[in-house]
Parts: sequence; structure tokens; C-alpha cells
Amino acid sequence: MTETRGVWHLLLGNLTYNALPFYSAIAAFAAGLVVVGAISVFVLITWLGKWRYLWTEWFTSVDHKRIGIMYIIIAFIMMSRALIEAVLMRVQQAVAINSPGFLPPDHFGQLFSTHGTIMIFFMAMPFLTGLINYVMPLQIGARDVKFPLLNSISLWLTGGGAGLMMVSLVLGKFSTGGWSGYPPYTGIEFSPGVGPDYWIWAVSLSSIGTTLTGLNFATTIYKGRAPGMTLMRMPLFCWTSLCTSILMIFAMPPLTVATTLLALDRYLGMHFFTNGMGGNMMNYANLFWLFGHPEVYILILPAFGVYSEVIPAFSSKRLYGYTSLVCATMAIAVLSFTVWLHHFFTMGQSANINAAFGIATMTIGVPTGVKVYDWLLTMCRGRVRFTPPMLFSLAFIVSFVIGGMTGIILATPPLDYMVHNTVFLVAHFHNMLIPGLLYGMIAGYQYWFPKAFGFRLNETWGRIAFGCWVVGFYLAFMPLYVLGAEGMPRRSQEVFDTAYRPWLLIAMVGAFILLAGLVSLFIQLRVSIKQRDSNRVFAGDPWDGRGLEWSVSAPPPEYNFAVIPTVTSRDTFAGQKEHGQAYHPPQTYQDIEMPKNSAAGVVIGISGAACAFGLVWHIWWMSILGLILIWGTVIVRSFVRDIYKVIPAAEVARTEARWLNHVANVRAVPRELETTPANKGLAESVA
Amino acid sequence: MSANEVLHAGLNLGATDPKTHAEAGSAIFGFWVFLMTDAVLFALLFANYGVLLSGTAGGPGPAAEFKLSSAFIETLLLLTSSFTFGLASLAMKHGSQPRLLQVWLPTTLLLGAGFLGMELHDFATMLSDGATPSRSGFLSAFFALVSTHGLHVFAGCVWIIVMMVQIAVFGTDARVKINVLRLGLFWHFLDIIWVAIFSVVYLQGLIR
Ligand code: HEM
Ligand SMILES: [Cu+2]
Repeated sequence: MTETRGVWHLLLGNLTYNALPFYSAIAAFAAGLVVVGAISVFVLITWLGKWRYLWTEWFTSVDHKRIGIMYIIIAFIMMSRALIEAVLMRVQQAVAINSPGFLPPDHFGQLFSTHGTIMIFFMAMPFLTGLINYVMPLQIGARDVKFPLLNSISLWLTGGGAGLMMVSLVLGKFSTGGWSGYPPYTGIEFSPGVGPDYWIWAVSLSSIGTTLTGLNFATTIYKGRAPGMTLMRMPLFCWTSLCTSILMIFAMPPLTVATTLLALDRYLGMHFFTNGMGGNMMNYANLFWLFGHPEVYILILPAFGVYSEVIPAFSSKRLYGYTSLVCATMAIAVLSFTVWLHHFFTMGQSANINAAFGIATMTIGVPTGVKVYDWLLTMCRGRVRFTPPMLFSLAFIVSFVIGGMTGIILATPPLDYMVHNTVFLVAHFHNMLIPGLLYGMIAGYQYWFPKAFGFRLNETWGRIAFGCWVVGFYLAFMPLYVLGAEGMPRRSQEVFDTAYRPWLLIAMVGAFILLAGLVSLFIQLRVSIKQRDSNRVFAGDPWDGRGLEWSVSAPPPEYNFAVIPTVTSRDTFAGQKEHGQAYHPPQTYQDIEMPKNSAAGVVIGISGAACAFGLVWHIWWMSILGLILIWGTVIVRSFVRDIYKVIPAAEVARTEARWLNHVANVRAVPRELETTPANKGLAESVA
Repeated sequence: MSANEVLHAGLNLGATDPKTHAEAGSAIFGFWVFLMTDAVLFALLFANYGVLLSGTAGGPGPAAEFKLSSAFIETLLLLTSSFTFGLASLAMKHGSQPRLLQVWLPTTLLLGAGFLGMELHDFATMLSDGATPSRSGFLSAFFALVSTHGLHVFAGCVWIIVMMVQIAVFGTDARVKINVLRLGLFWHFLDIIWVAIFSVVYLQGLIR
């Protein structure tokens, strides 16, 4: 008996039949859904015979455009799960007033932990990384990022972490320690299960991937710009990408340290954050928020960048106050490292320290306010068109100001003492994250989609989605301000005050409308794919855009630019169009050297996930194998010399001629017709 | 662009190999950024150590456990290895024959391995004294900081071996050169971290 257990343990560690989620019908159903979903995707791909295509064209691709798209696919998949979890929580709280509801406490705890973790690390981060990946190299006139293979490795590490999150739905229980995973609660003494381990390793995979991404983007922006593209000529989206990358470089290591030390506490019985034995949990709080606060700016700056692109494009004006926007972005990036303590005003430091950090926090409102005025003044006297990206931007401006106000309330330590740990805080950060981050991501997705796929998205469904996202957001989160002020604690599985009922019901309805918003986005995609033939914009410039990304075909060729452009001003492409210099073929074409595909990223990502899974279940051979595979791949790869392929000049010339011919033969579209099939991607020049 | 223009911090290949030099610009810049993330990591481990210094929980403290003599010899080994790595880099840049490179890299490797051996021996002594990482917050922090550095040195040693093999296989082609430049930065960086460990951990431990 012990003999078989021994072998079993060697092979599968702590993984037993009990890991299956039969403790709750909902958990079992969710697990079933994941398994059935995974199997059907697998069968479908096999049936269509698409594995080879996926492998050669996508999985092993190091093209920044493909990698960007794959990131955004991960984001949408994970968002679907996290949003369903949010709806479950909203329903639970609405029905669990003086009654247990349908979710046991343990399950509810898992839900807010996975929801928060996924939304931050596996929805928001992949989404913004994907957008930057796609757009930034095109905007600075580069053919790819500086380290294309590293880019693929980052993608697959993130994918591995997301995969681990999905596996946690099927095998074992996730952490109940929230997205911040505070010890000592998440220590081995109080959470002996595998939950916190899942959290630790999923987050670690993502944080390592993100560190590498930051490094890659920063190097690309500093070293990879086209000739003449000085820093102060970069589109604002590139500036926010740069600041986000710098924040990633400095803010992700604290998270890696926090999760690693927590893991050492749990696996090796160390005492970093334990009660007693010399441990100090405040170290964790500091490490985590040293990451956590810059993180919210990592999340929000790229969205600011999107708004700074969308608003000028749909106002037919140049961006107002470029320099002030650059300075504000930089100021926010720097200040974001000086405020982390506001996340634990109530954890025992002196009033003076709290005051200093409270004031520092409020200071960030100043550069943010500058930005809001710049956006407003950009629209002022412009030819504003209310397309979905623009609608999302407008909703952002209004909602974000409200969220900023409540942020000032929370930044005031005495007031924070009143509302900390209530749903007031939940309302505040969703008020920043949904309009601030998510609207921006959706706006960017709608704005650049035609560039990436060559056809426009359906406007009607875009508007419906917009309506749902805005109405749903206000219904779901404004009530929480009231509830928070009335003292309802966050993370409550059951509540005991019937006065909360109407507000909780409204919030629940709001959550359903938000879910409808996501569904509308999917319907929009489906409808748009069906109608793609009448909405093609191969010429490449559907919105009369201003940056270099619009100066190439849609979708762009693999090499982006047949000839690296020379930049002479801000808004390069707008200038070229104005002076009749756009769409001119160069005298000659040259061979273009591009990096070859590589399986290294896939192997490293999967090995990383295997290593993490082994660690979660104490399957040591798997972890060791994973580690060996990771580093083995790195070393083997360093011996490969044949890493470039050449696209011959003749092929480039053919591709470009096909596009330029098309441009010469389509009718330019005036702005008032840009949302109709008349829009072929060539903008009528405004005299 | 003149071939002698400094394209990145640290040793530039410059006119000795203009083509690789041009490529090295962003490759080495990227590596500096990586080192920055590593520096943040160490900074936090130092801070963590500083906070947990008093958390000995009645267990062994710094004065009882640290042996300055061996820490000092370790310092000398590592500093010398940085010097020999510098010679290796110069041999790569200026040397007409890569043979010297194949002398200085193994020397560096030996010194690094010597450092690791001594450090492991120190650890073994501590463990046998009952000063294990799970004994107290202080010891957890000590082992986290010092062995993270040790792991880095180990990785550096593996990297040196890989580079030696690559030089034997490819000679000093562009990728080898760029990787040796990176490895050099890495190795010197670890040296600096060690100096900080020596001062903050070992010297400070004595006066407690
Ligand atoms: C789209 C609709 C969303 C809904 C309906 C929603 C709903 C919720 C709910 C009900 C909670 C638990 C509140 C409590 O503790 O009482 C929660 C927590 C949280 N949400 Fe959302 N959320 C949404 C979107 C997002 C987004 C976009 C993000 C981030 C990008 C996000 C990040 C978080 C985080 C970090 C937590 C805290 C988890 C914890 O307590 O550790 N949520 N959300
Ligand atoms: Cu904060």
C-alpha cells in the first residue's frame, strides 16, 4: 500500500482524485466547460487540418504584429472568464442578504482572487502589451522590435501563466487570498492547500514575461527609431509605451521578489512574512505595492496613449499640447513610484508619513488634469466624428474624472480610514480601470483593427457595445460608492443589512449589461468578418490617420516598410499627405533581412508552465525537467547561427506594386463617408 | 558614423570590428536594461535583509555566524576574476589570435568556481551550526540575498563554459563577440553586488 503510494507520489506529487472540483456544482460545471472547450478547440483545429498553419504562421512567429494579435486573443479569452466570475459575484451578493446564497465562502474567495488576478495580469497586461507590440514599431518606422525572439518568449511565458490559471479551474482550488495575496494569510500555516501556489507561479510567469517585454520595448524605442524620428517627434502612443516600459522595468522585479520570497516561506519553511520567528509581513506589503502602484500606471498609460491617437484622428486636428502631454506622462511615471504607501494607510505608520504619501498621491492628479484639458482642446473646433473609438474616448474622459475625484478622497488618510476595505474602494478602482484602461483598450482595438486585418469593424455593433459598456459600468459601480460609504466591506460572501438590497440589485443588473457589452464585441467581430468584403481598406488609411502606421497597406507586409522612412516632422504621414508625398514608390527596392521563425518561445513557455505546475503539486521531476528544458533551449538557441531569412527585392517590389496599384485605383473617401463601404482606405485630402 | 563612436556604456569594439560594433549598440543597451532589473532585485533583497536583520528569533546572529576571513578570500577571488575577465575582453577586442581568450576565460571560470566552492563551504558550516534558512527571519533574508548572488555567479560560470565552447566552434564571430561583451557586463555587475554584500552583510555583521 505505502509502496504504491510512494510511486504514485513520485509521479504525480500531491495530485490525486480529490483535486477534481466536485465540491461545488458551479466549480464542477466551470471545470467541465474548460475541459470541453479545450477538447473542442483541439478537435476543431485537427479537423480543419490547421495545426501546421498555426505552428508555422503563428506560434513560432517572431513578427511583432502576429505576437501582438496573439496577446490580444489571450486577453479576450481571459476577459470572458473573469467577467463571468464578476457576474457570479454580483449575483451572489445580491441574493446573499441574510442568507448564504449559492456560493460557499471558500468558492467566493476563489472567485474574487481569480477575477482580480486574471483581469490585471492576464487581461489588461496582455491587451496593452499586444497593442503596443502591434502599433509601436509601425509608428516609429521600424521593421520589428529590437529582440524579436525575446518578444515571442515573453508572449509564451504570459500564455503559460494564463494556461496555469485555466488549469487551476480543473485541478485543485485557487487561492482565496485576493489578487494581492497578503501573507500571513497566504502562508502555509493558514492556507495549506495549493491555491496560493497557483497564484504565486501564474503571477511569476507573467511578471517575468512582462519584465522582458519592458526591456524589449524600451530598447526598441531608444534604439530602433527611423532616421529623423526624434523622441519629440514620436506619436504620443509611443511616449506612453516608453513610460509604461520603463515602469515595467522597475516595477516588475519587486513583484518577482515578493512572490519568490512568499514561495520560499511556503516551500522551505522560511520566515520572511510569517507571524513570529523574525518574519515581517509589512515587507510583503511594501514589496507588493512597490510593484502594485506603478502597475496601475503601466495599465493606464497605454490607454492614455490610445486616447491621444484616437481623439486627434477623429477630430481631424493635430494633438493639442503635445509637449505638455509628454511631460505629464513622464511626470506620472516618476511620481507613480512615490505613492505606494497609500495602499496601506491603515497599517500602522505614523500620521506624518501618511500625510506625506497622501499629498504625493494627490500630486498625480495635476499631470492627469493637464492631459484631460489637452484632449478637450484637441476636440475644440475639430471635425469631431462619433465613431466607436471616439465614443469610448469621450466616455473615458467623463468617467475618469469622477474616478479621479474619489481617488482624492481615498488619498486623504482620515477619509481612507473611514472607507478602506469597503466596496467604496472597489468602486474607485473599477472606475479607474474600466474607463481608464478597458475603454482605451477597446478603443485601440477598434481603431487599429482595420490596419491589422484589412477591413473595418461593424459600426452598429460597436455602438451597441459602447452603450452596454457605459450604462453597465455606471449601474454596476456607482451603487458601490453608496454601499461603501454605508460601510459594506469588500470581499463579502454574505451581507447582513437589508438596506443594501436595492443597490446590490442595481449593481447586479449593471454586471449583466457589462457582460452583454463583451458579447456585443464578439458579435461585432463575427458580423464584421461576414461583411469583410464590403469593408476592405487595403489601401491602409481608413481614418485619415497621422502616424506612420497608416502609411502602409492594411494589413501591412511582413517587413512593414519597404524602405525605412525618413521623418521630418511630427505627424509624419499627415505631413506627407498634405504635401502630396504619400504613396510614392522609391527608386529601387533592396533585399530585406528578417528574423526567422523559432520554436524557442513555445518551448520555453510550455516548459515554464510545466515547471510551475510541477511546483504547485510537488511533482518534482516535472519542475526539474521544465527548468532544464528552459535553460537547455536558451543554450541550444545560442548556437544557432542561421537566424535570418532574406525577402528578395523582387518580391518586395511585387508586393509594393500590387498595393500602390490598388491605391491608384480606389476612390478617396471624404470624412463624412468614412463609416460606409465607400471607405477603401484612401483618405480624401482636405485642401 | 565613425567606427570609434561610443555606442554603449562599457567596452566598445569600435574600429576593431566596425560591423559588429554597430550591431552591439542596441544589443548591449538591452543588456544594460536587463542588469537594471537585476539591480532592482538585489536592492530589494538588501532592503529586506536590512529590515529582517534584527529578526533573529533567539537564533544565531550575524556576529556568531560570519567568518570574515573566508568572506575576504572570496572577495579577492571574485575581484581577481573580474580582472581576468577584463583581460579576456581586451584579448577579444585587440588580440589577433583568440588563444588568449581561451586562457583568460578558463582562468575566470576557475576563480568563479573557487568562489562558489568557498561559499558553499561557508553555508555548510552554518547549516551544521543550526543556522538554517528556516531558523529565523534574519537567516532567511541572509540566505536569500547571498545565495541569489551565488546563483548568479553559477549562471555566469555556465555561461563562460558555453562561450568557451562557442569560441572553439565558431571562433570570434559577431554573435560570440556580442555575447562576451554581455557576459563581461554581467560578471563585473556581480562583482559590484558582491562588494555591497561584503560591506553590508559581512562587515556590518562584525560590528553587531
Ligand atoms: C467588467 C466588469 C467588471 C465587474 C462587473 C467586476 C466586478 C468585480 C467584483 C464584484 C469584485 C469583488 C468586489 C468585492 O471584493 O466585494 C471585483 C474585484 C476586483 N476586480 Fe473587478 N470587475 C470588472 C472588471 C474589472 C477589470 C477590468 C479589472 C482590472 C483590469 C478588475 C479588477 C478587479 C480587482 C483587482 C479586484 C479585487 C480582487 C480582490 O479583492 O483581490 N475588474 N470586481
Ligand atoms: Cu496606488
